[in-house]
Amino acid sequence: MEKNIYLDNAAATRLDEKVLEAMTPSYFDNYSIATSEFGYSMGIDAKDALAEARKTLANRLGAEPEEFIFTSGSTESSNLALKGIALALGQKKGKHIIISKVEDFPVLYSARALEKEGFKIDYIDVDEFGFVNIDKLEKLITKETILVSIQHANQEIGTLQDIEKIGNLCWKKHTVFHTDATHSFTRVPIDVKDIPADLITVSAHTIHGPKGIGGLYIRKGTPIAKIMDGGFQEFNLRGGMDNITGAIGFAKAVDLVTEEENIRIKKMSKRIIELIFEKVPEVTLNGDLESRIPQNANISFHYVEGESITLHLDMYGISVSTGSACFSKSLEASHVIAAIGGDHERAHGSIRFSFGRYNTMEEVEYVVETLASVIKNLRIISPLGKEKEE
Amino acid sequence: MSFPYNDVVLEHFKNPRNIGSIKDPDGKATEGSPACGDMVSLYLNVDPKTLIISDIKFESYGCASNIATGSIITELAKGQTIDEAKKITWKQASEALGGLPSIKVHCSVLAIETLRAAIQNYEEKNGLVTEKVDTTVEVITKRLKKVMNPIKGLDMIRTNLVKDISVKDGIVDILIDLPENHQFANAIKSDAIEKIETLWDVKEVNVTFTE
Repeated sequence: MEKNIYLDNAAATRLDEKVLEAMTPSYFDNYSIATSEFGYSMGIDAKDALAEARKTLANRLGAEPEEFIFTSGSTESSNLALKGIALALGQKKGKHIIISKVEDFPVLYSARALEKEGFKIDYIDVDEFGFVNIDKLEKLITKETILVSIQHANQEIGTLQDIEKIGNLCWKKHTVFHTDATHSFTRVPIDVKDIPADLITVSAHTIHGPKGIGGLYIRKGTPIAKIMDGGFQEFNLRGGMDNITGAIGFAKAVDLVTEEENIRIKKMSKRIIELIFEKVPEVTLNGDLESRIPQNANISFHYVEGESITLHLDMYGISVSTGSACFSKSLEASHVIAAIGGDHERAHGSIRFSFGRYNTMEEVEYVVETLASVIKNLRIISPLGKEKEE
Repeated sequence: MSFPYNDVVLEHFKNPRNIGSIKDPDGKATEGSPACGDMVSLYLNVDPKTLIISDIKFESYGCASNIATGSIITELAKGQTIDEAKKITWKQASEALGGLPSIKVHCSVLAIETLRAAIQNYEEKNGLVTEKVDTTVEVITKRLKKVMNPIKGLDMIRTNLVKDISVKDGIVDILIDLPENHQFANAIKSDAIEKIETLWDVKEVNVTFTE
């Protein structure tokens, strides 16, 4: 029997059947646009369905429905957060933005795009576990700082930042705070009544929802400009056809993530770390052992290259990803591993295991067993790490 | 299932031929570095009468293209004379593998370069170098670019480990910016000497440290 063990849930997830079920009527029965309350019945139903989905999303964040807008995914959400704030405050307040060095591409490249437009971007360092240096952040914030964007959880190594502390600091300094919660949303609770965040990026694709739908929490009163011009959808903050089907699917996906599931997933990621440390010599855990999202494990295997590891695992039916340059389209090694002080070799040999609803503990055992033999064979081939044996 | 490489590449990747090292080889070379993401070591034994490569082994720290190319060139080179083996091109290796993705060219070129460097190493050790170029500081610098600085994973020139080089009457002096008792000092020293001492007009190599 051919195995199919998917451990790349940080990249994309399998859709839950219940999500598809919830979405189906809006493809075939209730497919109109959301009209105003004075439209025709199908349009009113569509409007209500969208409002209902919005309520679910807002509730999960402890927010009001009018503080949540749907987007096409986390890339658009983070683009809107950074560029929308820059557009609203660039002339009025200043041109200074701070992000961390380990942000995912939407934040990183939005910041770089703004840099080309004359904004000054500070890229703040992280320590060896991936935590932002908060003292340094405090020193960097000036009167001209219009936005601080620091992720909640890291996409590769899973480190959870103390966004409560970071947010409080930003508020004390009267600076807007955005956090990219793509990889933590629903897996780790966030309540905007406790967390002083003004903008939060979320997405459905990481939680067994559909691709192409995400959202941005925008705290009431946050100065933000529209960047997608068109109609007056989403409280006039995002023009474009309402993705009602996607919104319904997103809401259903959110409802399906339970605390029990998160505990079950945490057990698997914890177990894979334990087992790898037990069965494979010369490995390094990337990220922090305690403060990490439940679904992530990221480990560097010394003296071997990641693409070779992933290709071998693929032949055994196991899907994982690596921070190695050879694996990426850009042929650049992971900027996250570099930021936590890892050398290239650590990035090249890093493997991310990300768990989801459909993984089992049996799979964990099989993966580690397979991995141990793959690593052993690749180390026989490798010219590195042999000095000690001689 | 759709893999990123063809069956021949996958087969060489899964079961690479001629893996390992040769103890006291007649010729050897290491190219690339962990920081670049690819590294190949190659070892040769050559029949001194016929100049035929009688044994060849390689080791690879690299991606699938790198491993597969290493494997195929050892197959292509084995049984060939060193002059024939020198002429093996990347294109031949790639064709023997049924084609490689163009983005991965640099990973596979490295294996070819290592083969040529190992043959050169053999020629130098056995006085077979025909084009005798005078050894200069530039020549030494070029050679030291092949010596890894294990602290950084890049070569010792790029990482500014070399403070000074002088060449006079066949005597080469190299000053390395490290304390003599540094954990990597000896490894770097012997690596550097090995790369330089085979040059035809070099009589002596002295490696000293700043502290």
